[in-house]
Amino acid sequence: MSKIFAVAGVVFMELYRRKDFYVLFILTALITVVLGAVGDQQAVGYLKEICLLLIWVSSLVIAITTAARQIPAERESRTIFPLLAKPVSRAQVLLGKFAGCWLASGVALLVFYIFFGLVAASREHELHLELYAQAVWLHWQALGIVTALTLLGSLVLSAPAPNITIVFIISVGCLYVSRYLHLVAARMTEPGQTITGVIYYTVPQLWFFDQRALVIHNWPAIAWIWVGLATVYGALYSGFFLFAACLIFRRKALN
Amino acid sequence: MSSTSVAPGKTTNAILRTENLRVEYRTRELGRSTKVALQGLTLSVNAGEVFGFLGPNGAGKTTTMNVLLGYVNATSGAAYLFDVNVREPIARQRIGYLPELTYYYKFLTAEELLRFYGRLFEIPRGEIDSRVDRLLKLVELEHARKRPIRTYSKGMQQRAGLAQALINDPDLLLLDEPTSGLDPLGRMKVREIIQRLKNDGKTVFFSSHELGEVETVCDRVAIMNSGELKVTGRVTDLVAEHQCNLEQLFLKIVGYQPQPV
Repeated sequence: MSKIFAVAGVVFMELYRRKDFYVLFILTALITVVLGAVGDQQAVGYLKEICLLLIWVSSLVIAITTAARQIPAERESRTIFPLLAKPVSRAQVLLGKFAGCWLASGVALLVFYIFFGLVAASREHELHLELYAQAVWLHWQALGIVTALTLLGSLVLSAPAPNITIVFIISVGCLYVSRYLHLVAARMTEPGQTITGVIYYTVPQLWFFDQRALVIHNWPAIAWIWVGLATVYGALYSGFFLFAACLIFRRKALN
Repeated sequence: MSSTSVAPGKTTNAILRTENLRVEYRTRELGRSTKVALQGLTLSVNAGEVFGFLGPNGAGKTTTMNVLLGYVNATSGAAYLFDVNVREPIARQRIGYLPELTYYYKFLTAEELLRFYGRLFEIPRGEIDSRVDRLLKLVELEHARKRPIRTYSKGMQQRAGLAQALINDPDLLLLDEPTSGLDPLGRMKVREIIQRLKNDGKTVFFSSHELGEVETVCDRVAIMNSGELKVTGRVTDLVAEHQCNLEQLFLKIVGYQPQPV
């Protein structure tokens, strides 16, 4: 485990020495503050909705762009060579990359939510800590799936740009469209019905992890058992994508 | 029971060994599906030796290094470091590797880089601290230890590379053209360090184009050409046997014909 954490530490260090996160945070913060200042009391719901959308978009951008460039950048700058000349397996490198990206996006997420919570609390004069904790946790689990999928994509596609585009489209699809796929399938004829049904049951349903509606309307927090089940669901998908990535990376010749 | 692949029939004190190593690459050339980069390489390097690995470009030196470091899997045959198959990451526990060019995380400082690599060897934290201090002193980078590597000159980066190759106090050093691109002073320094490692009983396996340098520091050499091992032996024996210096022998083996001016 110490080797995985060592690799993760370097990923983390790289991210906070780059400017991406700061730019995204400042942009999100600025929009939140401006909206908070101009909106009246009844507009708080809209303010929260826009801010949470920004947080989701920003976190996806951070997670996907960070994970997508890990292995290609290592290969391009050839830093992978001295790294793999150490007693570290490719699986450990990959898991370290995943841990680093996931932890870094988790920290970014926490900063975003703390800022959002403070702005929302200043307008509503109340803070639903349990709801926010669940929202952050589930959001982070979704980012775990997306990060693992991006790392897998980075081993299949040689350049980061197409990988980023494809994973972003898949993520948005899994967040907004996948929940309706079974309804679409029911109206289709064969073989479309079966194909769409299979897609519905195989793609990760990222909307399970989206607690925005609850946070916006200050609805009660869900039972923690559901949070636990969603966490297991997320871990299974992340594990599957990482396992596939490890298999591909293990067979890849580096020269 | 350990799952580590150990070399069968260990009889010598060879710490680096290849057996009938063959590497084929897929090629896009018309009419050919594979290209043979290495064929039937059988080689051994004994403990305490400085071993020079020579050959022109495309001879198979880099491919051999790539197999030894686990970057490329051999098509057939096997390679062992300390009698452990190179396919096992643990085979690299006691080696240090210095690549030809400086491939390090430019956003890290030399100190951070050494600490990171030290952690990959699972060296205890206190021990890492003392090794980092000692190595940065050895390669004369103490003054720049807190500066990002991207601000280093080429010579400084190469010295940082040498320090990372020594972080685990390796018993075997694999150096890929260690003096390539260095000024005469830098070359001298690297040569001194190799000599010092040899005196400490370390084994050094290095590829080089600098035949004079190889002749000076190596106990034994191997000369490769077109993926095959052409000759191997003690430098003094080869020079005496062929009645020429190492450079002339090298040129003869690679089939160099001087053109009339």
